[in-house]
Amino acid sequence: MKYRSVFDIIGPVMIGPSSSHTAGAARIGRAARSLFGRKPKRVTVTFYGSFAKTYRGHGTDIAIIGGILDFDTHDERIVRSLEIARDEGMDVTFIESEEVPDHPNTARIHLEDDAGEIEVVGISIGGGKMEIVELNGFELKLSGNSPALLVTHHDRYGAVAKVASVLADQRINIGYMQVSRKEKGSEALMIIETDQSMNAELLEELTQLPDITGVTAL
Amino acid sequence: MNFRSVAELVELAESEGLSISDVMIQKEMETFDKSRDEVFKQMEENLDIMEKAIQKGLQEEIKSQSGLSGGDAQKIRNYIKESNVLLSGAEVLDAVSRSMSVSEVNAAMGTIVATPTAGACGILPGCVFTAADRLGSDRETMVRALFVSGAIGYCIANNAFISGAAGGCQAEVGSATAMSAAAVVEMAGGTPSQSAEAVAIALKNMLGLVCDPVAGLVEAPCVKRNAMGGAIAMVAADMAMAGVKSVIPTDEVIEAMFRIGRDMPVSLKETALGGLAATQTGRSLERRIFGKSAE
Repeated sequence: MKYRSVFDIIGPVMIGPSSSHTAGAARIGRAARSLFGRKPKRVTVTFYGSFAKTYRGHGTDIAIIGGILDFDTHDERIVRSLEIARDEGMDVTFIESEEVPDHPNTARIHLEDDAGEIEVVGISIGGGKMEIVELNGFELKLSGNSPALLVTHHDRYGAVAKVASVLADQRINIGYMQVSRKEKGSEALMIIETDQSMNAELLEELTQLPDITGVTAL
Repeated sequence: MNFRSVAELVELAESEGLSISDVMIQKEMETFDKSRDEVFKQMEENLDIMEKAIQKGLQEEIKSQSGLSGGDAQKIRNYIKESNVLLSGAEVLDAVSRSMSVSEVNAAMGTIVATPTAGACGILPGCVFTAADRLGSDRETMVRALFVSGAIGYCIANNAFISGAAGGCQAEVGSATAMSAAAVVEMAGGTPSQSAEAVAIALKNMLGLVCDPVAGLVEAPCVKRNAMGGAIAMVAADMAMAGVKSVIPTDEVIEAMFRIGRDMPVSLKETALGGLAATQTGRSLERRIFGKSAE
């Protein structure tokens, strides 16, 4: 069954006008913010496909910046997000790409401050649902429906097993897992979606493991 | 408590002596291991959001960014108050006005509940609040009505589709209209079978409806299709309450909707390439809004 809950049908509560071009876009922005872990100073959003053609009329730009400001799909501040971003000193640039994307509703988000940068590609797949399909050049698939863990690590034997065993000790079940690397022996990324949410102590324990270089929870 | 089709839903309700809303509430509790209170409260919050959206559209000045929509809900409301003769009747026009109100608020980036999508978000609140006025329903009956419509939408979504991009407007406004008709029947004291008949009658009259939004925006003709969806839902509910039955069973109407949607060309499925979007005026509006044609 594609739809399991009555609230998939009667919901979500959202700022209009389009579940795919507004609510889905806000969720992509918020996932990017959450992956960056803090408020960025500079934001560049590149729109592709239908997003590039119709983003102004649908408020996709406003929604995506609302998400980057950490607003939920139903937060009324979304409507004033461009002003709020300006007031908070966030430098925002939009680019309309002519490139033909794999999915018609695609956005690439670059977030940056003096301490670092991140690049996220998200697609809005309909009804307010979205997926993150790329993070800093790594291909991945992240729905944002379950708690998720992104772990960067050295591409070396045992790294995956160590992380999995820490989760097992805490009785956390893995629902989906993917390992991605740019090339053999280089930096790699684990994406783990879990059935239970994870606390700060657990994240700290994972950070202390050998070969683990970064841990982000979504 | 499980069902996959409208027939199974009705059979389950009538054999256990339950209403459709009871069945949906119990199923939700069982699937997600939640209490009745939790499930009910979450739906009540949705009802509150719907009420606020109706009021906003009827009281405030609403205009979308593109300028294509806004203000028509209030025109209908004033007409109901001021006109000596109402050709289709005050209840139908009340449902029309409220459905348009929520749809206009959606187009102007207001807060709404997607039912089942943002594009069709006006119909269910329009019908539930109008029926509640007429029937003197309490809050619980109204929240239950949302569970009824959710149960029907659940069957349609899992056996066909609910988005214009997937199946045309019949899948989006059509589904919302059918869901709303069933909800109003339960509010009026109809049986689960009568709700199912209302679904069939409403959806049959939406079959083949294409999704052809001007400039790809959820405004024209979406706001007016929400208006007419509200009207059709109220009339379909009345027909079912009068004992009218659909010749084709409800689940087969849903299956027909699915097959029609599958056969529909891509140009008529939310791509703004055909239908009203491709008219001379549709194209010139698109150029005005976006500065150039989307093609």
